[in-house]
Amino acid sequence: MSLLSTINVSKTYANHKALDHVSIEVLPQSIFGLLGPNGAGKTTLIRIINMISAMDQGEVLLEGKPIKPSDTQYIGYLPEERGLYKKMKVGEQALYLAQLKGMSKNDAHKKLKEWFEKFEISSWWNKKVEELSKGMQQKVQFIVTVLHKPKLLIFDEPFSGFDPINVNLLKEEILKLRDEGATIIFSTHNMASVEELCDHIALINNSKTILSGEIFDIINSFKSNIFEVNYKAPKELLMKPTDFEIVSTSITNGTYSSRIKICDNKSSNELLQQIIAQVEVVSYQEVLPTINDIFIQEVNKSKK
Amino acid sequence: MNKTLLIIKREYLSRVKKKSFIIMTILGPILMAATIILPAFLADWSEATHKRIAVLDETGWFYEKFDDQDNITFYYLYDDLETSKEKTISEKGDLLLYIPRTELNIPVNAELFSVKQPGLNVTSYIRNVMKTEIENKKLLASGIDPEVIKSAKVNINLSTIRIEEGGIEKKSNTEVEVGLSIFAGIMIYFFIFLFGAQVLKGVMEEKSSRIVEVIISSVKPTQLMMGKIIGIALVGLTQFFLWIILTGLFLGIFQAGIFQGDLQESLMPFNQSNTIIEQSAPTTSPVEMDEFTMITEILNGINFKVMIFSFIFYFLGGFLLYASLFAAIGGAVDQDADTQQFMLPVSIPLVFSVMMVGVITSQPDGPVAMWMSFIPFTSPVIMMMRIPFGVPMWQIWTSAALLISGFIATTWLAGKIYRTGILMYGKKVNYAEIWKWLRNKY
Repeated sequence: MSLLSTINVSKTYANHKALDHVSIEVLPQSIFGLLGPNGAGKTTLIRIINMISAMDQGEVLLEGKPIKPSDTQYIGYLPEERGLYKKMKVGEQALYLAQLKGMSKNDAHKKLKEWFEKFEISSWWNKKVEELSKGMQQKVQFIVTVLHKPKLLIFDEPFSGFDPINVNLLKEEILKLRDEGATIIFSTHNMASVEELCDHIALINNSKTILSGEIFDIINSFKSNIFEVNYKAPKELLMKPTDFEIVSTSITNGTYSSRIKICDNKSSNELLQQIIAQVEVVSYQEVLPTINDIFIQEVNKSKK
Repeated sequence: MNKTLLIIKREYLSRVKKKSFIIMTILGPILMAATIILPAFLADWSEATHKRIAVLDETGWFYEKFDDQDNITFYYLYDDLETSKEKTISEKGDLLLYIPRTELNIPVNAELFSVKQPGLNVTSYIRNVMKTEIENKKLLASGIDPEVIKSAKVNINLSTIRIEEGGIEKKSNTEVEVGLSIFAGIMIYFFIFLFGAQVLKGVMEEKSSRIVEVIISSVKPTQLMMGKIIGIALVGLTQFFLWIILTGLFLGIFQAGIFQGDLQESLMPFNQSNTIIEQSAPTTSPVEMDEFTMITEILNGINFKVMIFSFIFYFLGGFLLYASLFAAIGGAVDQDADTQQFMLPVSIPLVFSVMMVGVITSQPDGPVAMWMSFIPFTSPVIMMMRIPFGVPMWQIWTSAALLISGFIATTWLAGKIYRTGILMYGKKVNYAEIWKWLRNKY
């Protein structure tokens, strides 16, 4: 059973439709990527799940039951537009936000100390937020989001403003949280991190879901049976497989690289057998579309 | 703990702990006490030095008529004017009272020479003595004994007594009531604006620092708004009570200072401040002491319990009404500059009611005063102005009920604007846009 599902959720603002019958299924203990160009309706959907906005139509189910206001304490939300009270001290503020999520003061204090030590920021406890850099503030915000061990975590652009070292730290923590039982919805424009982290994705464009499913299936359904061969050969003796179409060939540092399309009735082994006989193969692999390619292709397609 | 309570607690503590709050809390009563005390104090100060006045009386009418006062000593000269000036002003720094000879007329002209401007009590004393002396001489010349006139003089004490509902009689004094009325009206205006502005600033801060979305993922936007408003209202009440207590304390200390002046002076003759207090004591002697007890009596006549209770009620009611509108404005706008167009129409009724102070104090029971004390937007200030004069109970209840329903309505309305507005960034907001938000489900 899904941990969270939205069924035909629609939302109309004064003069435009923000969501049009959007349905997503988020399986427990998985990382779900919510993708889409700017203004597609991702934030609206996230706000509806967080009970910040109300939907006009449809249903949101948390563990099979319609979501209710008190459920927000099982959700941790890191919004894209995020900030902290500038004049308040870091520790005091983290305690306050944790208590708003329903934690007891003592419990929150203990957990916060653990996280601050883990992130090596214990010395910030009594600093005012305005003394911290943006990246430092983001770290505090991340801790506050996950502190109450929510069942469902929603991260909207979690890596913006972080250096690569901290991005890695965050990725590790996100994966660890998933392994400990949390379900994560992840919205970002950073496609590399989507491929790296997500199990499922949904692509929203113009307030509709245009693509959704397991990331592995989606990539497979978009592959065009093209293989890349890197090989070494004398100039006059380039490979010429019969019954296969060479899409492109390039040369770098004396190594040729060719992309070859395999037609429906052939297998990749047949191609390999042919070219092994002709040239010295350095590497041979299937060319898979990246999520980035799929994103651009699909969004452009729906534009037309 | 209840989440709204948590918000109230944060809003309250973060403000009460601020340096500016502590400074205001201490400075306010000092200023208030100072405005009451300082004029009297300064007047005494200028009279504090001992003066010697030489009298050069060419008429001979006033010989030995000037009696020594507490800080004035008189002595008499018989030289010509120039020599006298030399002797007194140049050599000793004394004052010189010159009463020139008149051939035919009664001596009504006199000149007082001095280096520094003589104080008011000096000149009024001289004038009084001369006036009584001449009057007595004239009366005697007409064959009337001045003693007869003196005994024929009467003082009329007119006390105005207001009969309240239930037949309780109370001594009243309109001047004190007018003063109290203006003071109460301005105080409530000041409090609503001061703390209303804090609500506006707080909401704008939450919006511009982008913390608002983090918070409303845990609590409802209306909870956040109400928590902030209530928290700041409590800050206002705290300040109000501290001011009352501290002002009372400062005034009490000063009064104690006056009445124990003699005692303290004998104990610590070298303490300068005590010398001043001691010398101020004679000026508060018999007549003013009576005035003082009179004022206390009038102040006792005013029901301070009612005043304070109604101040708290009308401050809370008016504050909730206006603060919710300020919160809506803070939520709707992005930048300080945009607040102006919305602040103006909201604050007009408040400013207008303060401007009505003349009308209200001259006709506290008139139709204008009555209707304006029913309209929730003006009632906090207007009712506070009317209460020192006494207001029929049914009017107070009507006004209170209307105020309560008024702030429920504005809070509901403001909540709708607020929860849409706080998540809107980079959009120029106008009235048409807000009207759209009001009709949105949200």
